[in-house]
Amino acid sequence: MGAMNEQALAKYTNNFLREVEERVEEGEWVKMCMQCGVCAGSCPFGPDWEHSPQKIFMMIRAGKRDEVLSSDSMWMCTSCYNCVVRCPRELPITQIMHGLATYAQRLGLAPKMNPTRKFSLLFWDNCTRTGRVNELKLALGLYFMDGLVAGIKKAWAMRNTGLGLLMAGRLNPFEILKGHECKDKAGIQRMLKKAYEIEEKRRGFAK
Amino acid sequence: MADLKYAAYVCSGCGIGERIDAAQTAKIAEKEGKIALVRQHPFLCSSDGVALIRKDIGEGATHVAIAACSRRAKTEAFHFPSVALARANLREGVIWARPDTDEARETTQEMADDYVRMACAELKKMKLPAGNPEVGRSTRILVVGGGISGLTAAVEARKTGYEVVLVEKQAQLGGWAAKLWKRVPDREPHAAPVDTGVRELIDAVTKDAGVKVYTNATLAQTSGAPGRFNATIAIESGASVNEEIGAIVQATGFSLYDMNRLPELGAGKSPNVVDQAGLEKLAREAEASGQPICRPSDGGEVKSVVFVQCAGQRDESGKHLPYCSGYCCNTSIKQAMYFKDANPAVDTVVVYTDLRVPGNGEDFYRSAQHKGVVFTKGKVASVEPDGNACTVNFRDLILDEDARIEGADLVVLATGQVANAGVDIENADATDANGAKPISILNLNYRQGKDLPKLSHGFADSHFICFPYETRRTGIYAAGPVRRPMDIAQAMEDATGAVLKAIQAAENSQLGRSAHPRSGDLSFPMVRLDGCTQCKRCTVECPFGAIDEDEKTYPVFNESRCRRCGTCMGACPVRVISFENYSVDTVGAQIKAVDIPDEFSEKPRILVLACENDAYPALDMAAMQGNHYSAFVRVIPVRCLGSVNTIWITDALNGGYDGVMMMGCKHGDDYQCHFVKGSALATERMSKVDETLKTMSLETERVATYEVAITDLKRLPQLIEDYAKVIDKIGMSPMKGFA
Ligand code: SF4
Ligand code: SF4
Ligand code: SF4
Repeated sequence: MGAMNEQALAKYTNNFLREVEERVEEGEWVKMCMQCGVCAGSCPFGPDWEHSPQKIFMMIRAGKRDEVLSSDSMWMCTSCYNCVVRCPRELPITQIMHGLATYAQRLGLAPKMNPTRKFSLLFWDNCTRTGRVNELKLALGLYFMDGLVAGIKKAWAMRNTGLGLLMAGRLNPFEILKGHECKDKAGIQRMLKKAYEIEEKRRGFAK
Repeated sequence: MADLKYAAYVCSGCGIGERIDAAQTAKIAEKEGKIALVRQHPFLCSSDGVALIRKDIGEGATHVAIAACSRRAKTEAFHFPSVALARANLREGVIWARPDTDEARETTQEMADDYVRMACAELKKMKLPAGNPEVGRSTRILVVGGGISGLTAAVEARKTGYEVVLVEKQAQLGGWAAKLWKRVPDREPHAAPVDTGVRELIDAVTKDAGVKVYTNATLAQTSGAPGRFNATIAIESGASVNEEIGAIVQATGFSLYDMNRLPELGAGKSPNVVDQAGLEKLAREAEASGQPICRPSDGGEVKSVVFVQCAGQRDESGKHLPYCSGYCCNTSIKQAMYFKDANPAVDTVVVYTDLRVPGNGEDFYRSAQHKGVVFTKGKVASVEPDGNACTVNFRDLILDEDARIEGADLVVLATGQVANAGVDIENADATDANGAKPISILNLNYRQGKDLPKLSHGFADSHFICFPYETRRTGIYAAGPVRRPMDIAQAMEDATGAVLKAIQAAENSQLGRSAHPRSGDLSFPMVRLDGCTQCKRCTVECPFGAIDEDEKTYPVFNESRCRRCGTCMGACPVRVISFENYSVDTVGAQIKAVDIPDEFSEKPRILVLACENDAYPALDMAAMQGNHYSAFVRVIPVRCLGSVNTIWITDALNGGYDGVMMMGCKHGDDYQCHFVKGSALATERMSKVDETLKTMSLETERVATYEVAITDLKRLPQLIEDYAKVIDKIGMSPMKGFA
């Protein structure tokens, strides 16, 4: 992954805006931001993260590559679409946020300790493995993300919820063993692989 | 002179008849008003009612009083140009201003009776205005300045069929616009710079026999008045020619703020730092050579350009221009496109604090973003040239940190416009924002000075909100950046508007009528010189420079330059200035006609002198909306608060009025006064009224001045109520019964 980052750096020498335009989903919209700040004021996460979408766009234009790609902001976006609905310039802000997160992850620059990044990876891994989300494994994976002791504590705290789900037949304890799968697991994986290839090519990652 | 015949009509329509005793009112007109012919009518503005009045006029009535609705209503029905006309406002001024209750009935009736007394008294003092005998002869338009505004004014005047004389100081026509490579687009899709169109305008003007063009020429003197201005033009050969002119459009434009005053932004330190005009020059040279725009220092390739917005503008330190010139954001966008359209690989960054793009500039801005022009919200602190490259240091206002752009091949400073408005007539030594001492443009031979009065920051004064082209010199209209900073599109619109106003002024002068704002008014100030003490107050105070002085310092009125505000009449201490239908006597008679109840009646009387432009219509509209006010006020509309002569105030107080409210427009830098200075002068005069009140042993509260806007429909009745309470508190005037 480090190599990929080097490659990108070489290709776009200093021109991070151009890099974003070519490599990030909906990145070509970044230049259209007029710095009104409506998105920053609309985002429910505004007070909680370091950079609002408006700032992220400004940083991209100012060439602050490292700061942008290692920012935790894109990982905090909950896809509420408040900003997209309100942006007077009609930027697909939510998509750009996720596009940036994906790009940072791909280059290996995303913040390692960010919990939402971890959850995203956990989720993706969980659902692409069988074509179905295994909720039990996902939940346990999440609880034990920060180590054994923390995991036990969290699981214990959630025990009543788990029990309730069990009683209502919403949680199958045997899922821990194998779990249900979709009919054509191999087909799903082939499809994802193909999509991945197309994306690689379109974004200029493939050789 | 033919016999004077007076007639009065009392209408009982619109509910007047139900709320007041119209028959009693009619009797008052007859007995107290001493009007020979008094008629009542249930619906006076109907064709039947109007025919009745017409018939009486046909049979010799010369003076007509109509007691019905406000003088502002039914003006078409009650249009009788051959008689002197007074109106008693019984509808808006009485029944609509009062609640319909039993308790209010008596005081409402008193109000109506008084307004009829007042109208009759006024009528007795009125004459039918005959019109200014000094009529104009010429309708030619003199355009001063041959830039885009002047050329547009000339072309528009020609389209309407008027002859034009155009005077341009430079050898060539076209002004700034001719120096541009391209202009900001004025049409869909607002996506790219377009041709300036100035060539076509110059052709239209030079090929038209109806336009006399003088280049390399200036105005040596301008004298006269609308319809008969005499312009002495100093021409290239050193000789001078005289032209008779009807009205003038001054389109003398602007000078660019001198970038050498901005050394901190690198100006003068490197040829690679230019102002917007400098960049236009580079662009034109590039076009001529067929090469892309290159770096001035060494002719090298330009890879990166930084545009510095608001250079020496919107400055709070007091060193540079405090205002925004309004055109330069669009210009920088346009210039960035010069580069991007030729080669998208050139980096262009516009550093701005607020991007202000009037008109369809938003589309143009978006188009630049599409083309990849980078916009950075920041404030540039300094530009440091080093060899062929410049470093631009700025504060990033979004990220709130210091930032820099290195290696800029070109830095363009967006400097602003400094008006070419001639000398400051109030301060002969004043210099303009560039530190230059201006020379006169118009060289008027007026007593009040050679050029147009200025308002702020050196721009020619014009009524910003309502009458933007009207300067303080009648028949002279300002267009383009001489009156406020603006871009080409706005300047062209301005020129079109101004020249139409100029034509209107020239035409009105042919008919002996006033121009704006009392357009069509036939009255004009008349002075009885044998009473004049040569105090010069009128010649100094006239906001429009209409009055000159003769050798013996007697006032010389130039009626066509007059706006009919009456400020001179208000100023005159010996009251020798009057209009045929508006004078110290017409208002004085109304004041005296009011029936003043005695001290123990608990019925005070408050005189309201209300500006006819804003305060009086606001009172009418307040009443229309059902906002009631005290029955103790008697309102007299005045042309302008400036026309209020202090004798009216002392007469009223001596006559037993308990208080006087004066209502005029806002004054000061952001004035709304239709006569610019009238309300300010009135306030100034009234500040001295306290002395008079003291010598009369009266409380200073008995005279109050208010600034009123036409929108004050709720506030105005409240002001009256509050003032009535003040009078209630200080008690009735002790002066009753002595007059
Ligand atoms: S979609 Fe994301 S970036 Fe936009 S307002 Fe919601 S959380 Fe904030
Ligand atoms: S709302 Fe849109 S235009 Fe405004 S700052 Fe956010 S992204 Fe930019
Ligand atoms: S003060 Fe007013 S009325 Fe008097 S001359 Fe001047 S413009 Fe005319």
